[in-house]
Amino acid sequence: MSRQEPPRGFPLPSSLRVVAGTERAQAAYPYTVQFGPADDQRFWFYNSMHFPEPMSCFDMVTAEAAYCALGAANTRVHCLPTTLGIDHRIINGRVYIGGNAVTDPGEIARRTAEFQKRAFYYYEHWEPLYAQWKGKMLALIREAQALPTPALPELEPLQHVHAGRGVASNHLLLETWQRTLEGYFRMWHHHFEFLLLGYGAYLTFFAFCKKAFPEIQDQTVARMVAGIEAEIFRPDDELRRLARRAVELGVDGRFTDGVPAQSVIRSLEEAGPPGAEWLRELAVSRDPWFNINVGDGFYHYHRSWNDDLSMPFAGLPGYIARIRAGESLERPFARLQEERRQLIADYRELLGSEEERGAYDQMIALAHRVFPYVEGHKFYCEHWYTNLFFNKVRQFGGLLAQHGFFGDAEDVFQLTHYEVECAIIDLMNAWSTGSAPRGPGHWPALVAERRAAIAQWARHETPPALGPVPEVIDDPAIVMLWGITRESLDAWLQAGSGAAGNEIRGFAASSGIVEGPARVVKSVEEIGRLQPGDILVCQITNPTWAPIFQKIAGAVSDIGGSMSHAAIVAREFGLPAVVGTGTATARIRDGQRVRVDGGRGVVTLL
Amino acid sequence: MEHVSGLADIGLRDRAEVGGKGGSLGELLRAGIAVPPGFVVRTAAFERFLAAVEAHGPVRARISSLSAEDLPALAACCDEVRRRMQATPLPPDLEAQIGRAHAQLCGTQGTAVAVRSSATTEDAADASFAGLQDTYLWVPDLGETLRRLRGCWASLYSVESVSYRRRRGLPEEGVAMAVVVQAMVDARTAGVMFTRSPTTGDRSVITIEGAWGLGSAVVGGEVTPDRWVLGKIVGEIAVREISDKAIRHAPARAGGVEALPVDEPSRRAACLSDEELQTLRAIARRVERHYGCAQDIEWAIDRESGQVLLLQSRPETVWSSKERAPVASTAPDPLSHVMSIFGGGRR
Repeated sequence: MSRQEPPRGFPLPSSLRVVAGTERAQAAYPYTVQFGPADDQRFWFYNSMHFPEPMSCFDMVTAEAAYCALGAANTRVHCLPTTLGIDHRIINGRVYIGGNAVTDPGEIARRTAEFQKRAFYYYEHWEPLYAQWKGKMLALIREAQALPTPALPELEPLQHVHAGRGVASNHLLLETWQRTLEGYFRMWHHHFEFLLLGYGAYLTFFAFCKKAFPEIQDQTVARMVAGIEAEIFRPDDELRRLARRAVELGVDGRFTDGVPAQSVIRSLEEAGPPGAEWLRELAVSRDPWFNINVGDGFYHYHRSWNDDLSMPFAGLPGYIARIRAGESLERPFARLQEERRQLIADYRELLGSEEERGAYDQMIALAHRVFPYVEGHKFYCEHWYTNLFFNKVRQFGGLLAQHGFFGDAEDVFQLTHYEVECAIIDLMNAWSTGSAPRGPGHWPALVAERRAAIAQWARHETPPALGPVPEVIDDPAIVMLWGITRESLDAWLQAGSGAAGNEIRGFAASSGIVEGPARVVKSVEEIGRLQPGDILVCQITNPTWAPIFQKIAGAVSDIGGSMSHAAIVAREFGLPAVVGTGTATARIRDGQRVRVDGGRGVVTLL
Repeated sequence: MEHVSGLADIGLRDRAEVGGKGGSLGELLRAGIAVPPGFVVRTAAFERFLAAVEAHGPVRARISSLSAEDLPALAACCDEVRRRMQATPLPPDLEAQIGRAHAQLCGTQGTAVAVRSSATTEDAADASFAGLQDTYLWVPDLGETLRRLRGCWASLYSVESVSYRRRRGLPEEGVAMAVVVQAMVDARTAGVMFTRSPTTGDRSVITIEGAWGLGSAVVGGEVTPDRWVLGKIVGEIAVREISDKAIRHAPARAGGVEALPVDEPSRRAACLSDEELQTLRAIARRVERHYGCAQDIEWAIDRESGQVLLLQSRPETVWSSKERAPVASTAPDPLSHVMSIFGGGRR
């Protein structure tokens, strides 16, 4: 044990090469996110939790806007004592991030005093501030919904002229665009208004439990805090409701596995009043609960259930079969509430003293206070608002495609948002001068080049971290949001050295043991390959995948902690799950038999 | 005076007359936990018997006069006392009482029994030093049961036991022993469990160790048992280590226990199902609640009935004796707890 460990670390950023032939695509990212020489001095890790796939130029805005807001909250608003914001860089489409720790004791003391004036105020006034937050967020959503569809008439409509409007339609393009972008940046500020404080209060309770009960499972602590009627359960609850209505209305026979959603809808349209009634119920569920995208809100191609009904419709035949078999799909709220209350009381009883019980009561009360936000914000931010945002950008893509800039509206996502604005101004100018826009001669080749680069990058593994390993990871933001600790870095280093046999370790997310063929799903488009009894192996699981959780036998992910939404949904479905393995998608072959032990957090390759 | 009591009729409060082991088994029955049926030969029986032995010359007075330093004299005296104990017949009414209890327990099929000494001393260290932990397994009939009963009693006068008492200057008057006679369980699987973690002291987990056959193989360390760690409250199985269990203990035809090889497919198979693990967890919680402190439990699963039976439960001593500072204390400002996360305390 006393043997001197050799110095270990990850490759330096400067040693990382841009994949040959993709240099121009790499150069398209703004200078602000390119690695520079000074970056070798710092520790970086690949944020595969939020960005598991190479990022297109436009999707980079999800990092830019998010870190801008996260940093503001940490550094300037709440004044977290030991950390400032998070820097980000991009290479080969992969987003690396690095924390900015405060280490000077005097500065920590100064910031601690500020933090207690600011954050403690939030904790004390949590409920009214959160109610106000929901109001702000819904207003922002309404504003985004009210933005006009970008269009350019051949001539300005006569009524605009007679009304003396005084600005022409090309200017409205710029206005709509800038409001779209501004709203998205604003949404991220709302997102981080409570997030770190919420996670911090939860983690306080979590750390206490880990000390008082050294062998307690992460998922058990999670269950003590998790809400029963949180927003994240709603989309799936709606699906169960729709399945029940289908049976009640006698149209359940029209839902068959493998039949496309549009065919089912057509068949219901022909099914008389019961079919029409079910379609009305569908419309009720869709607004707003189908505004949930199949990813985590960071990729333009993670479309929402509303945009692509195939995901929710894929879940309906299974739910209908269960209702026909007499199963109630209702979540038993009262029973779940009672179970949670009992769980908290039972652990409380095991504590060693009244002093500990007093601290336990204080900590869990605060965790319960903050948790509705921690669980609920994603629906409003990463799903509902993000969906509106990408769809608005898509409309601009359509307009530009219509004017010959692109072959397809989706091409707009191969431009950075700065470039999109440039292309819009190009179109505005061309419309005003009567000349041809320059874009059609400029963008198609670049779009093709960048698409090819992303395909290249997806085939290249990227190191999980870069630079010197810090002695201690003490940045609460990084520990809380990414679950990265000194121990997990050591595990990554070990995995990189090729050690480790036939076991892959991660967080025990949901108990149970199951064996089955692994289905390695590297992007959301591959979901259709999942067969009943498969073990889903993916980079990050997502609650919107809930309908497929009734099909699979277990789940394994590269990234995520016991509080990740995947873990919550797996527990809800009673499926064994191991999350945060770091390497599962790289080490498990598609079709390989694996055993998932969700209680221990171990995946065994058989 | 009563000399024999059924386990169901006694409890820990009778400890002075039935010993710790007997009292604890009775206590388990009171808590609604199944244990193998049996009876206890109370200390009063020992006193009756000792009186019969002393009719031919003093025992306690002679032992009291011994010096712990003079080992040869002490050994010679112990030897003589034990010989006299073997030679003296049991008072007939006492033998009749034990015979009736034995017949009632074993019926006509001749069930084998375990004969176990049940110490009355409070101090576990005393008991183990004094050799009071004698246990005879698979005792086939009444004759052999009576012989083992004398064996238990005689162990009070072993050289180790006596020299220990003499060194401590313990009075001979209080020295007495109860003996438990219990039906043997032909165990399919047996082992031990602790209601807190032996490694971290965590009170929220139950550690279960078990192997095929009789528990003596696990307790005696002759087989590496399967090992599980279960959450006490919810029952989630956090650790599951299935070992290669090469041998199992089984009742030998001639009485006692023999080690047999385990057949190949069973060696690496789990010796308990998840359902049985949960049954054990429920039992462990019940026992712990009943006693109000962490327990160290021996259990067995009956080969015939599949029923889980407890053979023994005693307070866990290692972690319970360690005082630990509270992890956190009630704070005047409940919000101050969050500084453990935000304040950089882990630096």
